[in-house]
Amino acid sequence: MLETVPPASIPAELIAELRALLPPAALLTEPEALRPYECDALSNKRRTPEVVCLPETLEQIRAILRACHLRGVPVVARGAGTGLSGGALPVAGGVLLSLARFTRIQELDPVNRTARLEPGVRNLVVSQAAAPHGLYYAPDPSSQIACTIGGNVAENAGGVHCLKYGLTVHNVLGLKILTMEGDLLEIGGQALDGPGYDLLALFTGSEGLLGVIVEITVRLLPRPEDVTVLLAAFPTLAAAAATVSRILAGGIVPAGLELMDQLAVQASEDYVQAGYPRDAAAVLLCELDGCSAELEDETARLEDLLRAGGASSIQRARSPEERQRLWAGRKAAFPAAGRLAPDYYCMDGTIPRHRLAEVLEQIGRWSREYGLRVANVFHAGDGNLHPLILYDAARPGELERAEAFGARILELCVAAGGTITGEHGVGVEKLDAMCSQFGQAELAQFHRIKEAFDPGGLLNPGKAVPTLHRCAEWGAMHVHGGRLPFPELERF
Amino acid sequence: MTADLSRSLAERIRAAAREHKALRIEGSGSKRFYGRTPCGEPLEVSGHRGIVRYQPQELILTVRSGTPLAEVEAALAEHGQMLPFEPPYFGPGATIGGTVACGLSGPRRPYSGALRDFILGVSCINGRGEILRFGGEVVKNVAGFDAARLMAGALGTLGVLLEVTFKVLPRPACDLTLAFEMDAAKAIETLNRWAARPLPISAGSHHGGRLYLRLSGSEAGLAKARRELGGEALGPAADYWRSLREQTLDFFQDERPLWRLSLPPATPPLGLGHDADWYLDWGGAQRWFKSDLPAKRIQKRAADAGGHASCFRGGDRDAHVFHPLPAALLARHRRLKQAFDPAGILNPGRLYPEM
Repeated sequence: MLETVPPASIPAELIAELRALLPPAALLTEPEALRPYECDALSNKRRTPEVVCLPETLEQIRAILRACHLRGVPVVARGAGTGLSGGALPVAGGVLLSLARFTRIQELDPVNRTARLEPGVRNLVVSQAAAPHGLYYAPDPSSQIACTIGGNVAENAGGVHCLKYGLTVHNVLGLKILTMEGDLLEIGGQALDGPGYDLLALFTGSEGLLGVIVEITVRLLPRPEDVTVLLAAFPTLAAAAATVSRILAGGIVPAGLELMDQLAVQASEDYVQAGYPRDAAAVLLCELDGCSAELEDETARLEDLLRAGGASSIQRARSPEERQRLWAGRKAAFPAAGRLAPDYYCMDGTIPRHRLAEVLEQIGRWSREYGLRVANVFHAGDGNLHPLILYDAARPGELERAEAFGARILELCVAAGGTITGEHGVGVEKLDAMCSQFGQAELAQFHRIKEAFDPGGLLNPGKAVPTLHRCAEWGAMHVHGGRLPFPELERF
Repeated sequence: MTADLSRSLAERIRAAAREHKALRIEGSGSKRFYGRTPCGEPLEVSGHRGIVRYQPQELILTVRSGTPLAEVEAALAEHGQMLPFEPPYFGPGATIGGTVACGLSGPRRPYSGALRDFILGVSCINGRGEILRFGGEVVKNVAGFDAARLMAGALGTLGVLLEVTFKVLPRPACDLTLAFEMDAAKAIETLNRWAARPLPISAGSHHGGRLYLRLSGSEAGLAKARRELGGEALGPAADYWRSLREQTLDFFQDERPLWRLSLPPATPPLGLGHDADWYLDWGGAQRWFKSDLPAKRIQKRAADAGGHASCFRGGDRDAHVFHPLPAALLARHRRLKQAFDPAGILNPGRLYPEM
């Protein structure tokens, strides 16, 4: 499963050194204490770590990294463990470095509209702390109650509002990073740019391969004056999908634009009864925000666009309570899908919006072919799909079938001009899929970038970027007679 | 006019890498003044041009690097769209490649985002002569390291850009510029107070005792904001913001070196000399300063305030023109340069003398 690190165990000398460096409570080696760290939210991949470090100071992190560096021992950094691609999965013979104790907001500057945070601060806590100043932190991944800002940066987390407000990369102004060699790098700060290369962009989404993020400065935005939420029902999935492009082409950039298909709507209704139309083939949930004077005009235009797209009914939330009710249906969709089958596998490909209808139809055909149901609930405005493949791991062969189906969906996303991951990351989960998205030259360049920051290849090894060897094997399996998968799809 | 020169450009770079011959990447030359003195044989990229794909309903545009910026903005305007970072031209021939390589953004930057924020993907040639594609044509994409945004502002030192994919946005229905009489300290305080409120601000500057504020949005939204903020409405103000962006205002007509300071926006006026004259843009986050003072003194002042300073125009272009990097960071910059361009042939020394 993991490739670059041969199974090995941590040298006893290193464990003794770590014991000397850290207070007793900051070093876990007992099996029962290690178990919670065996996986992240991609729970079908597990490995119990040999050692977990829970440092409390920057100097302790630096000392851990230096000690591991000297002995050539890999290090995997971990936040809250809510990642969906196995980015925090322990590696054989490696140390798991938890940043959970770094939970301080070091500075909240309402005038410059920034917050300086330790990596273990939870996403939602930032917005809560900023609220008294009328400010908030925009990226809102679905795990925002639990996930940490350090993990958000490592994964370049998104959320339901990134259509208008961007991903983590658009909302981070500064980083402090410890390299594997123990050097502290300070990049950016409270200004809008820094000198030299844009390392903020490079580190955001680097999945813990380049350095350990020890401090983050984020920008805070003013809370919008007013918000409107509309829920539109459509008689076909294709009509709902086509309306997404129509809205954006109409000059409206919604704060959020979500699509749910019938299976997702029905599951959600069974679970929370938010008042979604159960008979609709698909619904669009659309949030607009801005100043009140503008919003009235924009809402009227949006209603026209929804009707022109074939919406059979439109609900408009007129109060904060109604807004919450409409969002509750969407927010419950994942747990609700969890009630449809013992297990589900959540995909994360992104495609150009104008191909939504054809790609969703193809997924529907495969769903019948594989005999596995799929619920679709996703960020339609971004073209970011989250097909949930329902399966039962207790039935022999179903997990493998679900994984094969998922891999096919990702290849389809690439063939449609998209990407294998919009916001969940590659981790260990999508290493093979990376081979369908990038050629050898790009992958080799990624490996050289990693070497520039981590010459020993010790930070989160074997994640995010597949080896060329792995892709050569994958290619041999997937390209038959010089033909790429899905020759019927135009490639660009 | 379109032409795809990627193969011949890659061939030139492979040959230069074999012979360890430096190449100076050239578009129209509009920003030749920027960065350190270019050296090496010219590598002409302005012939590699044309809009490759523009899908207005997708809000996405892919364009070859040699394409004139003016051509791109005209194509977008036809569909009521724009490059939201309001890039400066500094010359009529400015190309997309040069715009991205310099990574500069105009007055809208603090309110809409920087050039790098709107890059979705690039294809480029690294120093080995390999054609590489990073990112893509979708707005959410976390596969692989973000080498696409890394090209923004790298001044061509990591790769020769071939194509860039941008996210574009609808152009706001109306613009309104208001002027207010006040000194710099008050202007900085005011601009930051307004920026913390949900107002439709799209630019904010200050010079010569006047604060200029641009609002962009619907007619109703602007009317409401105007009632609230007061101020004197400037007639058609597009010229003002263009002149600020293009540095054609009187302030910039001065032989002394032009310094750009990038600072936390609410930083109080920095002084520096008894008759120091500052032009504030980006709501206080970008400040222009004409001065013969030693670089070290200006850079120290900027660093003490939590920002950085670069000598934007004039002065000694063989010296450091960008803010010096601390040793650990410089070491990683050099390794990164090496990772993309092991022979050190792409625009060597243009960004920092060591790279």
